[in-house]
Amino acid sequence: MTVAEPITAAVLQKLVAEFLAAHDPRAAADGGARLDFLRARFDAGLAWIHYPPGLGGLGAPRALQPVVDAEFAAAGAPDNRPGWNAIGLGMAAPTILRHGTDEQKHRFLRPLWTGEEIWCQLFSEPGAGSDLAGLGTRAVRDGDDWIINGQKVWTSLAHIARWAILVTRHDPNLPKHEGMTYFILDMHAPGVEVRPLRQITGESEFNEVFLTDVRLPDSLRLGAVGEGWTVARSTLMNERVSIGGGAIPREGGAIGVLANLWRDRPDVRTPGRHDDVMRAWVDAEAARLTATRFRQQLAAGEVGPDGSAVKLTFATLMQRIAGLELEMRGEESLRHEDWDLGRGRDVPFLNRIAGYRYLRSKGNSIEGGTSEILRNIISERVLGLPSEPRSDKDIPWKDLPR
Amino acid sequence: MTAAADLLYDETDEELRGNLRGMLSERSPWSKVLARVESPETCDSKLWAVLAGEMGLAGLAVPEELGGAGATWRQVAVVLEELGRAVAPVPYLGSAVIATRALLHCGERDLFAELASGRQCAALAVPFSAMAGTVTPSVSADGDALTGTVTSVADALIADVLLVPTADALYAVSAADATRTSVVSLDMTRQLCDVAFDGARARRIASGPAAVSAVTAALTTGAALLASEQVGVAQWCLDTTVEYLKTRYQFGRQVGSFQALKHRLADLWTRITQARAVARYAAARAADAADAAVPGASVDAERSVDAQREEAIAAALAQAYCSDAAVLAAEECVQLHGGIGFTWEHPAHLYLKRAKSSAIALGTPDRQRAALARMVDVPAA
Repeated sequence: MTVAEPITAAVLQKLVAEFLAAHDPRAAADGGARLDFLRARFDAGLAWIHYPPGLGGLGAPRALQPVVDAEFAAAGAPDNRPGWNAIGLGMAAPTILRHGTDEQKHRFLRPLWTGEEIWCQLFSEPGAGSDLAGLGTRAVRDGDDWIINGQKVWTSLAHIARWAILVTRHDPNLPKHEGMTYFILDMHAPGVEVRPLRQITGESEFNEVFLTDVRLPDSLRLGAVGEGWTVARSTLMNERVSIGGGAIPREGGAIGVLANLWRDRPDVRTPGRHDDVMRAWVDAEAARLTATRFRQQLAAGEVGPDGSAVKLTFATLMQRIAGLELEMRGEESLRHEDWDLGRGRDVPFLNRIAGYRYLRSKGNSIEGGTSEILRNIISERVLGLPSEPRSDKDIPWKDLPR
Repeated sequence: MTAAADLLYDETDEELRGNLRGMLSERSPWSKVLARVESPETCDSKLWAVLAGEMGLAGLAVPEELGGAGATWRQVAVVLEELGRAVAPVPYLGSAVIATRALLHCGERDLFAELASGRQCAALAVPFSAMAGTVTPSVSADGDALTGTVTSVADALIADVLLVPTADALYAVSAADATRTSVVSLDMTRQLCDVAFDGARARRIASGPAAVSAVTAALTTGAALLASEQVGVAQWCLDTTVEYLKTRYQFGRQVGSFQALKHRLADLWTRITQARAVARYAAARAADAADAAVPGASVDAERSVDAQREEAIAAALAQAYCSDAAVLAAEECVQLHGGIGFTWEHPAHLYLKRAKSSAIALGTPDRQRAALARMVDVPAA
């Protein structure tokens, strides 16, 4: 598309209407027709409109994406099932866009956006959690290839992923942040083994991924050799932006379940619990309004730090509310439903029993950056407080105590 | 259901904030505030004259046709944030918010034009701890003569007019006809007084349910807006503590580099970030409720009831949340300053006293939660 005029909501609505006139959304319900429709939408630049032309976008303001999505949804068009490819869409794609070669962008972004190829993220290791830059998965150069050996953990979607974003250590003799290189990994390559990781709920949402002599062409390197930390940081920046979710009404979250339990079951009420419930109600409503205000800031183009406050309080609130509900239900809570949940159940979180929610929410303050790391980030980047003195920055990675 | 509330500040808000902060730092730095609370006149009448007269902030939320600036309670909230930040000893909350809201409710045109212009200053004669819906009048009327005593009234020492609730009416009394006895107050930047009436001549401005609802509206909007003052107090405490921890060295390093302290400040920042969202929501709902009930305008009764209900919820929520946030901020400020924070010469105590008094004012957090429980249908056990 070549337009001199600025891209407004009206322009986008017109473009979508033209597209829908040429591609029947109703006929694209499933199978091959569905994919053809999504590919055509990508090629028309109506996928993620803030991406450049030729890569699924129009170089349009990101804030206008909801306009396009709403038009497609209203026409009954199939979507790209974003929930199934959250890591691809939220993390891999922006990283490829920013650091990838033209060849990589054209090879990977289209099937990523359409959902033909699912992505996962091979970052955390048993020995490198909060200190991601301490990771030890080795990448050794072998001609035009690299040989990868190591173990990754907490990898959601690894069992269905076609590709992964991978951070490795190519030189243990350099200081930790300098000896890292970032790759795209073929999850079907020989030597990639995915094992389910069972968590405290009994289910396995995540995996461990073992990499044994996996051979990887240099054309799958993302960014320069030694730039792995820079590239990984830009991936993680996107992770923080993508957490937050949509607007919810008052009592739309876990607090609504708790408040309704109180209303429906006089037998669970005690005077002490009344103020506990109301304290939780107040804090949940405060958190909801903070998230609302954060979304208003984003919509107004102000990218502030308030999102960190949202994540930090969301985690503790979920835990506190589920814990309270568990106690209020008394005997009922001593009886759990099932510890053999396999890959998990496709049931909305709030419809799960309190015991499940209590246990699962324990992950909220660990996944996507622990609450402790988040507090470091807030205190250093928002408040400008100095970092703790460190002894791990300037010595070779191989000499670090571990 | 009422529309979504805008929780952000706009350019006008920021301009107002900038002007006000500049004026306050010049005319009312904390050193002057500290000196003033030890002087006979704790209220800064010159500063009040600038705020109310020169800057025209006393009538900010009063419609233009009624002699005000025609802005909204959302901007009044910005003024309160800055006044809280400076612990400025002026009767803004009592006169420009609480008394003004009562008079708007009664349609008292002449009097609130006086208040809006800053020519006069008024106070609602109820204890500062009184919460909307729980006021028990301690003054009785015999014809238009009032008799009785009201204790611990805020912003009344400098008032020209007192608005006095009795069992079945609301009266305006010239402050000169009452006996005001100043009280040594926990928060000397908002000194309280006891007010005694002994057959004082009064003018009835509302009767029966209208009088009750005027007091309720005043105290509800007061609670909703006090939250912004508390955010201002809390933000000063955080900012000052962060700056101090960057300059204070112990064990050969900046005290602010210790993770034990950084995490406490990160949590405090998080709490204040949330308090701000809650306070902005309360201010927006106060604005809606006032809009829906402009005297003389054609009032949509259903809209007005909805707006009042939502304001009451937002106000109780704001007091339940922001009171504790401001107290925590002030307590952390004292503690993290160490020895210097415990001295009279350091301003931290002014903020601690303001924060704790404000938490008790207009209903303590636990009473607010109890009221909220009734409004959102979470019945007591």
